[in-house]
Amino acid sequence: MMKNLIAVLTVVFAIIVIWYGATYMMNKQWTLDQAERAGVSLTASEVFKDTMAQERPQLPAPHQVIIEIWNTTVEKKITSKRSLIYHAGITLSSTSLGFLMGSLLGITLAISIVHSRAMDLSVMPWIIASQTIPILAVAPMIIVVLNAVGISGLVPKAMISMYLSFFPVAVGMVKGLRAPDTMQLDLMKTYRASAWQTLFKLRLPSSMPYLFTSLKIAMAASLVGAIIGELPTGAVAGLGARLLAGSYYGQTIQIWSALISAAVLAAVLVMLIGVLQNVTLKRMGMLR
Amino acid sequence: MIWAIAAILFWIGAWALNVYLSRGKINRRNKFIIPFLFGVTILVLWEGIVVGLGISPIILPPPSAVAAKFATSIPILWQDFVQTFVKGALSGYFIGCGSAFILAILIDRSPFLQRGLLPVGNFVAALPVIGIAPILVMWFGFDWHSKAAVVVVMVFFPMLVNTVQGLTQSDHMQRDLMKTYSANYWQSLLKLRLPAAMPFIFNGLKISTTLALIGAIVAEFFGSPIKGMGFRITTEVGRLALDMVWAEIVVAALAGSAFYGIMALIEKIVTFWHPSQR
Repeated sequence: MMKNLIAVLTVVFAIIVIWYGATYMMNKQWTLDQAERAGVSLTASEVFKDTMAQERPQLPAPHQVIIEIWNTTVEKKITSKRSLIYHAGITLSSTSLGFLMGSLLGITLAISIVHSRAMDLSVMPWIIASQTIPILAVAPMIIVVLNAVGISGLVPKAMISMYLSFFPVAVGMVKGLRAPDTMQLDLMKTYRASAWQTLFKLRLPSSMPYLFTSLKIAMAASLVGAIIGELPTGAVAGLGARLLAGSYYGQTIQIWSALISAAVLAAVLVMLIGVLQNVTLKRMGMLR
Repeated sequence: MIWAIAAILFWIGAWALNVYLSRGKINRRNKFIIPFLFGVTILVLWEGIVVGLGISPIILPPPSAVAAKFATSIPILWQDFVQTFVKGALSGYFIGCGSAFILAILIDRSPFLQRGLLPVGNFVAALPVIGIAPILVMWFGFDWHSKAAVVVVMVFFPMLVNTVQGLTQSDHMQRDLMKTYSANYWQSLLKLRLPAAMPFIFNGLKISTTLALIGAIVAEFFGSPIKGMGFRITTEVGRLALDMVWAEIVVAALAGSAFYGIMALIEKIVTFWHPSQR
């Protein structure tokens, strides 16, 4: 455990060092150009200092991003439109709505696939094929069309998240619901259990490890869906809108801070499911 | 109205046929016919409901209109396909998967790097990496180079994690056997550990096909020359020409499925020995 931690920290440290090096290399040109126009010559240390503190750098230094995140989370009021927490909250709400709808759809599909051979044979190949369609590319259309029908706000973004997150849940749950072996299923039959009883007393409990694994993937996918869903709404609110606005106005620090907070959000959400998984499996006696 | 009812009746009939077919023996022919029939019924239902209920083509064009648009605008679609898929997605896919593979082989020799890089790689693979698109578009310009760069970043970590995991797949007995043959590191890598890693490597390659297409298209939302699938989708949505958008989606779906299918085919040839292929 300790060995692993040291190794991970070393890699993270190396990434930060490379990041600083890249910051210097990529921002140097601009600094030198400015100095030449002003007609002054800079020493090496002055150049270095300037590359670390530009207002619109090619690549902001890590500490600039951290300061920006601090300024836009702790220093601003949550209701302010410049607060990252406000934007993250908007993304989070459509992520979680889409995640809920997607997981429910996935579980429902999996249950009907396991119970009906016709469903299995006709729908399953299409579920797999559906994922080769780059749905994210269609996101703008879904948003615009649903807007034309009169549905706007949270739901269209959640629909994209739902489409992305139903797939891992459906595939994982089909595997999980089929996990009980023939002996166990035969036992249920000798008890004369109905299909519903078998589902609730045997299939669903034994599918729990599969469920949580696929929920983690689905959560990450639905966050991506929510962020992409915010792009075509014209940069109003949400982390995706921050990304878009930042790229329009060349505010690189803003892009990076939105990106890092999206990463933190994803990590926290996935970790939450991990905790839920540990608690549930421990209570069910499946964790050894 | 009559159209919609006819479509629904057709759907019920086809579903009954599917149920009947799936009760019978499942041979190769039925395994193809049942999903095919299901796909056809979806198209018929779509067409019937859109035409029958008079839904405006601005909201949902019928499949026949999409097919007509597809047939008449093949030159534009082909140009977009080349720009986005061949130049952006494919080149990024090869660079990204290739460099991830090489890095995986390099860090394979150092357990320390493996312990450090794997958790980081797993973490990054779960992040919304697509968010890096605006930055890369800013760095590499509007043309296909920035799209390829986005694809490289997107496919790199899934590929790296899968390859590193695959290289640990050979078991102790097999490695001991190589040692008794006095095989050196490269020999045992080429003859034992890489072949054993192939199922994992192809898993990474297959996941990356979809990611590559998504990355290339989404990167175009942040700026592109006046061609490309992502560009076309956003501009045609703005003009409410949804039949063109759907035609572009058809191209994306065909390209994505074909790309995935080719990788699955190569996998079948390379890993013929694996239980899942037999």
